[in-house]
Amino acid sequence: MAILEVKNVGKRFGGLQALSDVNLSVAENSVHAIIGPNGAGKSTLLNCLVGKLIPDTGSVMFDGQSVLGRKPYEINQMGISRVFQTPEIFGDLTVMENMMIPCFAKRDGSFRMHAIESVGNESEITGRAEHMLEDMHLIDKREMHAAAMSRGDKRRLEIAMCLAQDPRLLLLDEPTAGMARADTNNTIDLLKRIKEERDITIAIIEHDMHVVFSLAERITVLAQGTPLVEDTPDKIKGHPKVREAYLGETQQAA
Amino acid sequence: MLGIGKRDTTLLIVVTALALLAPFLLNPFPEGSAMAQFNAGYPDLMQRFVIFGIFAIGFNILFGLTGYLSFGHAAFLGIGSYAAVWMFKLLGYNILPGMVLSVIVSALFALLIGYISLRRSGIYFSILTLAFAQMLFAIAYSDLIGRFVGTSITNGETGLQVYNSDPQYFHSVDKPNIPHLFGQEMQSTYTLDAGAWSFDFNFGYYFCALILIAMFYLAIRIFRSPFGLMLRAVKSNQQRMNYTGLNTKPYTLAAFVISGMYAGLAGGLMASMDPLAGAERMQWTASGEVVLMTILGGAGTLIGPVLGAGFIKYFENIFAKINDNVLHGWFAFLPDGLEDMMVTLVHPFVGKGWHLTLGLMFMLVVIFLPGGLVEGGQRIGKVFRRRDEKAGSVESDAAEQRKPAAE
Repeated sequence: MAILEVKNVGKRFGGLQALSDVNLSVAENSVHAIIGPNGAGKSTLLNCLVGKLIPDTGSVMFDGQSVLGRKPYEINQMGISRVFQTPEIFGDLTVMENMMIPCFAKRDGSFRMHAIESVGNESEITGRAEHMLEDMHLIDKREMHAAAMSRGDKRRLEIAMCLAQDPRLLLLDEPTAGMARADTNNTIDLLKRIKEERDITIAIIEHDMHVVFSLAERITVLAQGTPLVEDTPDKIKGHPKVREAYLGETQQAA
Repeated sequence: MLGIGKRDTTLLIVVTALALLAPFLLNPFPEGSAMAQFNAGYPDLMQRFVIFGIFAIGFNILFGLTGYLSFGHAAFLGIGSYAAVWMFKLLGYNILPGMVLSVIVSALFALLIGYISLRRSGIYFSILTLAFAQMLFAIAYSDLIGRFVGTSITNGETGLQVYNSDPQYFHSVDKPNIPHLFGQEMQSTYTLDAGAWSFDFNFGYYFCALILIAMFYLAIRIFRSPFGLMLRAVKSNQQRMNYTGLNTKPYTLAAFVISGMYAGLAGGLMASMDPLAGAERMQWTASGEVVLMTILGGAGTLIGPVLGAGFIKYFENIFAKINDNVLHGWFAFLPDGLEDMMVTLVHPFVGKGWHLTLGLMFMLVVIFLPGGLVEGGQRIGKVFRRRDEKAGSVESDAAEQRKPAAE
């Protein structure tokens, strides 16, 4: 069953048709990769899914409900979490505080006025946050300012923050961009582990074919704003159209 | 204790001690001595210290936590004052109804202004708040609403005050004809003479001081609450807030209203100490002042705004009093020509030129201590701690040297 259904989505920026007639269906509990050369419209498509952009045409359904016209925080509350290309975390706050915020959001919804209570008394929240940090091997850094961490740690924190909300769909926008090989492999292992441990659907945009072929169960190739092909990784590797679009990039990676 | 951490408790005790002992602390110099002009322990000045302290604590809840820089907070101060004076006019001089109404009315205005201004962020938010405040100032100054309803609301440039012809329903002959709390006059002062020193204990001051302590405690609770955490998160990364399922608008609006209520409370207290409300209290310079106080003391820190408020009000009142006669007195030990030269050199920085000194100090603080006076204090603290550690290591070295000798 498809958890995310994108139908005939189009988006135009002035004279540029960024997306045209995009159809995409992401099956529940699968790992679906969206690949394509620069400027293919991958990020635009992602922004249309989370409410940052509103497509001109078409529909986006998540679990049978339309996400169009909803604010990003509302879409997030529906069960879609997003990991950004550059880790978006609360740099001025400590790692522990970073982790507590999604825990509060999960429990209290989009707003709750609890100005007189003490964070320290929220043992349920602090316990959950600590558990998540332990799971992500970040517990030693709990009092550290998030901005002072390494790129890899920031990425892990961001993923942990997304997971703390128990999302049904996790969207990753080039999660390994700018990472060293070792960090990239760690991220792959982490995502594999997440997939094993949870009932979660993962949609991933990625340039690194090594990452894509290690994780994805299905791959959609996007070129010039339209899906070229959608298939299993093995089929995609040998697909002539994809070779054409990528000019051998896939062969190198494979 | 009181549901706050150990360090916060210490901070609360420090503020409580400072507030309660202010009549002593601010009058360290004996009466009649050359330094007596640096004494600041006068009732009206001390009242201003704590009232602006409350104003700045509230402002810091918005600016320090969420990063939204309001440039129109003096409007709420003025609204609080007008509301309180209206209660004096209608009900009588007991200050409680006035205090309550000043908080409620400023909250309503803050809700409206905040709701509209918070549609934008950054400089646009600042400009919107400034525009609202200046509009309210113009309305108050020209008594625009009064002209429509037929009876004066703000009494224009004269300012709102209580007249004998006012109804004052709950006033009776046995009650004081000045602001009071259940008969206890705000002005009543007990003067303690101890040798060459003289200390003033003013009822109004202590009333304000107790409210300051309560408001400081409330600010600690807000800072350490999940709500405070969310406000700091808004300042840090709004994008992540939105993609974590959190709507930032109610959080920022709540912070705006709370800080507006603090400002209204401060305005109400101001009117309670001196039953007048003038439009100039709402002008943009007054809004700028609370920004300066908060940044100078340390935005986002708990005690910073209180320090900043005290610092600026001290400067405004004490530095402004130093005139050429005083300067001549200071430099009298120098030869005549040199004395005149020194007076000419220092003259622009004192008296009416106190703004110049304040401006220079503000620049120095912003450039060298971006965290304000609080950061300055922390750095000094660090230097001392390092010295202690060094002293400690010297001792242990000495101990180690002694050991072989003992064997």
